[in-house]
Amino acid sequence: MNRNTKINALLLVVVAALAVLPLALGLGDGEKEPFTGADAQAETAITEIDPDYEPWFSPLYEPPSGEIESALFALQAALGAGVLAYYFGLRRGRRQGELRAVAQQDGDVAGESAARGN
Amino acid sequence: MHIAEGFLPPAHAIAWGVASAPFVVHGVRSLTREVRENPESTLLLGASGAFTFVLSALKIPSVTGSCSHPTGTGLGAILFRPPIMAVLGTITLLFQALLLAHGGLTTLGANVFSMAIVGPWAGYAVYKVLRRYDVPLMVAVFFGAFVADLSTYCVTSVQLALAFPDPGSGFLGALGKFGSIFAVTQIPLAVSEGLLTVLVMRLLVQSSKGDLTRLGVFLSGRQNRTRTAETEAVAR
Repeated sequence: MNRNTKINALLLVVVAALAVLPLALGLGDGEKEPFTGADAQAETAITEIDPDYEPWFSPLYEPPSGEIESALFALQAALGAGVLAYYFGLRRGRRQGELRAVAQQDGDVAGESAARGN
Repeated sequence: MHIAEGFLPPAHAIAWGVASAPFVVHGVRSLTREVRENPESTLLLGASGAFTFVLSALKIPSVTGSCSHPTGTGLGAILFRPPIMAVLGTITLLFQALLLAHGGLTTLGANVFSMAIVGPWAGYAVYKVLRRYDVPLMVAVFFGAFVADLSTYCVTSVQLALAFPDPGSGFLGALGKFGSIFAVTQIPLAVSEGLLTVLVMRLLVQSSKGDLTRLGVFLSGRQNRTRTAETEAVAR
């Protein structure tokens, strides 16, 4: 693994650790409902501050169950991840293609080592 | 940071909508201009939007024992300037409001203001200032993304405190309450977002040097200053 890859892997490990540590340390144990969404907590806080407040509009479409909601969230993440993967794949492919074209022009031996070096 | 559908009184909902609209309209114009003048940007624009799409779908546990999600708006703001993120962020929020019942149409203006306007601008400002003083690129990217994320949630807290001041302790009391729900939870997530944005920027430096050079990512502090002066002169 070269140095670049190591740093990238390290970044991912730290992000994963930041997400897992609150779970591993049981930081949600004292809560009524551990690890609820902050957005839902804000709704609760609103009803505490102003018990008479009635939401005056409701969503046009609501996922009928938690499963379907999580499916739609997964879909959102998958769409985003798909586009990102396409972008980086395309870039990598193009660069390799360019390198190969240059290599062919330069003659075999010198070019091949350049393509392998990248 | 999603204020739920119907959870802002009508006057507030309209006011935030009115405040956000010009930014989004201006953003649409910047976006069409960017695509027309630099068609080669389209791919990277798509990737920036995709980054926001992924990150705002990930609800991650935090130290407060609750879950929240990053915003992913810092990357696009750094690459393409904040107006374009106003559009990409709005698209993401619309998707979530319409399909996920997350956020809402009546609160779209307020949510756009926090996630697609203030977040990108605050993050971009921090990034720009750091770069002007020759802070290394990745450090500036980290703090830009960190601030874009955290400031979004601070704005949401202010919006809710304005709409629902505490009967006893008023606006500040409510701000403390919403701030502890949103802002504190968000700190480790903002760190995560900063690190992920650095990761993507590192991959971009490896794969898309040409685009990044064109977008001025590698300019030194001195070049940044003269370039800004030039653009201002041109604008005049």
